[in-house]
Amino acid sequence: MEKRIHIFSGHFGSGKTEVALNYAVKEREKGKKVTIIDFDIVNPYFRTNDARKMLNEKGIKLIANSYASSNLDMPTVPLNLLSVFDDNDTVAVFDVGGDDDGALALGQYRKYFEKHGYQMHFVVNTKRPLTERAEDFLEMANRIETASRLKFTDIYNNTNLSVQTDENTLFSNYEEIEKLSRKMGIKTARNCGTRAALSNVPKKLKETVFEMKIYIPKPWEIQ
Amino acid sequence: MGEKVLMKGNEAIGEAAIRSGCRHFFGYPITPQTELSAYMVKKMPKIGGVFLQAESEVAAINMVYGAAAAGVRAMTSSSSPGISLKSEGISYLAAGDLPCVIVNIVRGGPGLGGIQPAQSDYFQATRGGGHGDYHLIVLAPNSVQELVYLTADAFNLSDEYRIPVMLLGDGTLGQMMEPVDFDSIPEPVYAEKPWAATGTENKRDKNVIETLFLEATELEERVLEREKKYDVVKEKLQRYEAHNTDDADIIISSYGITSRVVETAVKILRDEGIKAGVIRPITLWPFPEKIYKQVKPKAFLSVEMSTGQMVEDIRLACECSAPVYFCGRTGGVIPTPDEVVQKVKDILKEVK
Repeated sequence: MEKRIHIFSGHFGSGKTEVALNYAVKEREKGKKVTIIDFDIVNPYFRTNDARKMLNEKGIKLIANSYASSNLDMPTVPLNLLSVFDDNDTVAVFDVGGDDDGALALGQYRKYFEKHGYQMHFVVNTKRPLTERAEDFLEMANRIETASRLKFTDIYNNTNLSVQTDENTLFSNYEEIEKLSRKMGIKTARNCGTRAALSNVPKKLKETVFEMKIYIPKPWEIQ
Repeated sequence: MGEKVLMKGNEAIGEAAIRSGCRHFFGYPITPQTELSAYMVKKMPKIGGVFLQAESEVAAINMVYGAAAAGVRAMTSSSSPGISLKSEGISYLAAGDLPCVIVNIVRGGPGLGGIQPAQSDYFQATRGGGHGDYHLIVLAPNSVQELVYLTADAFNLSDEYRIPVMLLGDGTLGQMMEPVDFDSIPEPVYAEKPWAATGTENKRDKNVIETLFLEATELEERVLEREKKYDVVKEKLQRYEAHNTDDADIIISSYGITSRVVETAVKILRDEGIKAGVIRPITLWPFPEKIYKQVKPKAFLSVEMSTGQMVEDIRLACECSAPVYFCGRTGGVIPTPDEVVQKVKDILKEVK
């Protein structure tokens, strides 16, 4: 059954923030109430909180540490986070930054996640050094699962090279993702990318397509 | 072109340093450059290198002194307040003519300042930073790929001239992700280091790396000797990128990440028929002054994430051939392309 709580986690640079933002927007566009949680206790910028304006405009509630994107460099969790577990009619999207350090902080809510049910999506990008092979991802997944005491339920392939992504990027190392999927015993639920990145998706994978928009542009990019 | 990977600026510096033969890295954490240390701690043990987290910035820079004196390629990194702490050690490195690479991923200042990106350490970087008559070679990349190239260049130049090199980035460059390839990176060019304190094996006189001289004239001689070297560097090493300068009514200068904002602004301006050109200094010291003497715009504009520190160098370089204006934000705020466009329009009304 589709759960209402979705956790996005993975190595930094996997693109999980953009994936989580896109997931939240898609759910909102279906008419659902949506809350997104900026659960990044490590990174100072390029985080969910940077999309505050867009989220406001779309009517998506943002829960973020009150010091996110400010000059206070403090690894704290958002104060009002527990409210998402009480809002039974709300889709809750967690963007968990900071690798296993971030996951460790998330683990304190394990009893709530288990009580309400959750899906935890492992966002992977094979174009990142140190995480290119199935074994690297497996090690990262284990570290996150051990730290958070939660289990991944599926994989989101988000292999990309930022602005240099082309139609061949997403599946360029797909055998590693298939291997990872077998080893973890979970399926690759989604293959993610912007429209241009998705122009070459094999027919049998059409149903897994997750088309994204970029919601956190660089300061010099005109939207 | 080789296989591309997606990397954060800070990580890319680490990988580029390793590929440039750096096996000695002395770190101390500070936002927004900590990922560089984090990368080194993962990679160095795998390749037989040393990652050492020092007990302070001061300790780290003095470890660089020791490693560089022993003739190896050494690196340290920090962000603004941490670089201030390292300044004494940097002055000693300059005095010892020791090659090394120092990374500054700049954040807002002065004081503890903030963790958001800034370029307000320009004076500190280009004027030496510590005490005494000295300069650092200062390189200012504007993309993660250029960060990789200039890291390799930094080690080579530092070895070639025996001058410490500072790689000057900002928080955005350190934190952002861009595709990079490492196959096109410049090869390490190792200099002979007959001066290095590597042990005499009882076969030669001992090498001493000294910064204290008992006679004033002896110190003066050393300083003037170094000054001659700076003259060679000033003559040979001025690097910049320039375009659209021939017909330009206004030439916009910016370095590092701000130049990306300027590129967008210039595109908008050119589309509107406004003749804007670009000179982007890549070496901040030596400042690329020659190119400023070859252009004839009605005005210059410096765009910076500071209160306008590079303005002075442009003024000196162009010898006041045209007025030099400033547009920028500071304290951790990034200027937008629209702000630059508006400023250019205002200036062109003034200078006609």
